[in-house]
Amino acid sequence: MTENAAPTNMGSTITQVPNPEPGTVDMMVNMGPQHPATHGVFRMELRVDGEQIQDLVPHIGYLHRGSEKLCEHELYSQIITLFDRLDYVSNFNNELVIVSAVEKLMDVAPPPRAELIRIIMCEFNRIASHLLFYGTFAIDMGAITPLLYNFRDREKIQALFESVSGARMMHNYFRVGGVKEDVADDFESRSLALCNELEYGIDETDRLLTENEIFLERTSGIGVISGEDALDWGLSGPVLRASGVPYDVRVEEPYSRYDELDFGIPVGSAGDCWDRFYVRILEARESVSIIRQAIALMEPGDTMAQIRRIARPPAGEVYAHCENPRGDLGVYIVSEGGDRPYRLKVRPPSFCNLQALRDLTVGHYIADAVVILGTLDIVLGEVDR
Amino acid sequence: MLSGLRGLGVTLRGALRPKVTFEYPKEHLPVDNRFMGFPALTWDVARDEPYCTGCMVCVRYCPTQCMSAKMQDNEKFSEGVSHRKKIIESFEINLGRCILCGICVDVCNFDAIEMSLEHERSERLRNANRVDLPTLLDMGRVYQVEVGWKQSKPNAASPNERAAAKAAGEEAKAFEESVVEPSDPDDSVNTAEETGEDAA
Ligand code: SF4
Ligand code: SF4
Repeated sequence: MTENAAPTNMGSTITQVPNPEPGTVDMMVNMGPQHPATHGVFRMELRVDGEQIQDLVPHIGYLHRGSEKLCEHELYSQIITLFDRLDYVSNFNNELVIVSAVEKLMDVAPPPRAELIRIIMCEFNRIASHLLFYGTFAIDMGAITPLLYNFRDREKIQALFESVSGARMMHNYFRVGGVKEDVADDFESRSLALCNELEYGIDETDRLLTENEIFLERTSGIGVISGEDALDWGLSGPVLRASGVPYDVRVEEPYSRYDELDFGIPVGSAGDCWDRFYVRILEARESVSIIRQAIALMEPGDTMAQIRRIARPPAGEVYAHCENPRGDLGVYIVSEGGDRPYRLKVRPPSFCNLQALRDLTVGHYIADAVVILGTLDIVLGEVDR
Repeated sequence: MLSGLRGLGVTLRGALRPKVTFEYPKEHLPVDNRFMGFPALTWDVARDEPYCTGCMVCVRYCPTQCMSAKMQDNEKFSEGVSHRKKIIESFEINLGRCILCGICVDVCNFDAIEMSLEHERSERLRNANRVDLPTLLDMGRVYQVEVGWKQSKPNAASPNERAAAKAAGEEAKAFEESVVEPSDPDDSVNTAEETGEDAA
């Protein structure tokens, strides 16, 4: 506790509340935008009483690039490159949303082989994203080793991406009506081998940290949110499922060829940080099984539907959403019939999940704020767009 | 306590495995043949000239507007050596601005541009990554040898050439019609950069 009054020139939205104890006042603490645990440029303004958080105001917008507005001036084929850069750790999943929205509007169906390639790429990307979460989340709590193990496995996935799309992160591989080019001949064997390695890698990292007593101490019972509250906040993805709500767009409204695949939706029970963490590990395992099934379904064939090179959807509106590693990513397009959208709106799961941050954090300690933010697994590129 | 030991076991086993890291500046990981490095222009060895005709399709499709191209009459055409009426005169790509999306390669009708394997360019000057035609062709030559490049799109010869050129022309026209506004703001940005550099 301190005598110092909080600085007043930081655009604070928290009003100063004097403590009942005479002579003490709550302290304002700024976390971010250059805090390593904020995973990007995100600022939290905390009002703390000692170590305990009394109030929290998130400040976003440091990474705002105006992607939605930019989309209005870009061809549909060029918009895909912008979507790569929204959630920059799950690029394929983002590409899938925009191409499926345009396909829905144009009423074209990509060839079955292209659909399966997309699914495999998206699931690999989901694993890569969850591995990154695992590592950085551990780092947030001072455990450095898991990150190195996860990056070892993630690197293998990136290498596979490179052999498919030519890029490790910004792929620009999905096209309206298919994918850019067919995968290499050794793709199936390589993916299956990678699946085995990943399974081993996930198990290994799981052994490394999940049951660790200190880790449990830091995560269980922290930042609890009930299923109803989570739904009320509009949370989605692993954050919602950790609270026991089995909502997954891949199952609720199957897109692509997910209805042909058999997979489970891991759900948590307590809705605390540990559940949010563990749900992702289980999900990564499910993804491995999805990839195996998808590879078994693969048959030779076209990878691109016969459509014009410049996509010109008819006038109309469309909403498409897919299950991103972070939740339910949606895109709403208003078209006037040209080769560019009239308006494009993104529903970013990270942004919606971030809304619950205040409710989750208040009452906990400063160190827990880092943990809670970590389990929400936000990507600022998507929050700010 | 027990699970902590389990974690320790994992790290111990990890310590006994061969290392998976590379010491970057000393060692280089090989990249895949599909790797999308910086775009480069290909060289038609048979006719000893570039494939690029300067048709500007790639320039129009580039999402970052980082390229410019100019076409000229092909002398070799009048001599009867080449089937290309037009040939590229000057070509510039600002590689510092290129996002390596590969759209230019997709839209080129003549196989004239490819994503090379070149990916380590660092320069001291801000605009030193604006590369011109000779550099792009050099990068292309290296790439062609590295991957044993072969033309994959229909060779731009005789009837095919006309069909492709016609398609390209039509699309370019359609594209031009659809363009609502020219990219003035970007041009002004470029000029500002250049003047800034000159002044410095
Ligand atoms: S589209 Fe191909 S031929 Fe036309 S200017 Fe570009 S590189 Fe040259
Ligand atoms: S790769 Fe993309 S950004 Fe780079 S020059 Fe080609 S079209 Fe432009």
